[in-house]
Amino acid sequence: MLMSLILQQGPAETTNYMVFGYVIIFGSMLLYVISLYLRQRSLKQDLTLIEDLQEGQV
Amino acid sequence: MGPKPRLLTVLDVVTIFMLAIATWMVFFYAPMEAVMGNVQRVFYFHVAAGWVGMLGFLVAAGAGVAYLRSARRKWDLVGLAAVEIGMVFAFVNVVTGAIWARPIWNTWWTWDPRLTTATIMLLIYAAYLMLRQGIDDPDRRARFGAVYAIVGFLSVPLTFFSARLFRTIHPVVIGSNQPGAEGAFDMTPLMLQTFLFSLLTFTIIFADLMWRRLRLGRLADEVEQKKLELTV
Repeated sequence: MLMSLILQQGPAETTNYMVFGYVIIFGSMLLYVISLYLRQRSLKQDLTLIEDLQEGQV
Repeated sequence: MGPKPRLLTVLDVVTIFMLAIATWMVFFYAPMEAVMGNVQRVFYFHVAAGWVGMLGFLVAAGAGVAYLRSARRKWDLVGLAAVEIGMVFAFVNVVTGAIWARPIWNTWWTWDPRLTTATIMLLIYAAYLMLRQGIDDPDRRARFGAVYAIVGFLSVPLTFFSARLFRTIHPVVIGSNQPGAEGAFDMTPLMLQTFLFSLLTFTIIFADLMWRRLRLGRLADEVEQKKLELTV
């Protein structure tokens, strides 16, 4: 495969792999940022609920 | 958790701006590699992701040492945050490497020393996250995490130097004056500038995500504390 790449006339047509690679890169980073946001939102809801319960106890 | 610091907002903006510039450089500034074609453009963020993965594990090991010396909770949070972020980027590094390898090596995967050590490193830190889940006592969990992060860090230099120490087909990019490895390529000045800017950008992304993940960790602690107060 490498020899055929070297012997070819111009650059290999590998655009699809590049696109796939960048989908993985940006997709993974985006998913992680979304997970941070969702976890933060969930914790803030928990905190509000607990504070409401504490006020109810008082 | 207090309100979002102004400096974090600034860091968010700088991070997005730098990522946009780095992406532009990858696609429009750096020339197309003469043999591999466009897939070589994956290399810039592939290496940068690998760097951030290793940086995360280095920070986790440092935080582990700091925790064992001081037993302060904040170091456990730093260690956990660093491993979590390091895992994301190490995963990106391994997967994009496989994508690059398919047209260049004609295979998605081979048990080359670099690929093998990188995968072992990833699995070691995946186990760190899973094993932490199994320990209820926060002090024990933090001690375990600290020791594990220090011992687990041995896999990082092994991975980094594997392409230099062992017979491998993986290209050596940083600090190599022997571009003879199969699949290796020399960089033009524009490629080198893009590569270095990508490294800087991903380092800034790491700092931004660390700050955000630490705030999340502190919030989780606050919720846990309030829950305890409620039950007592």
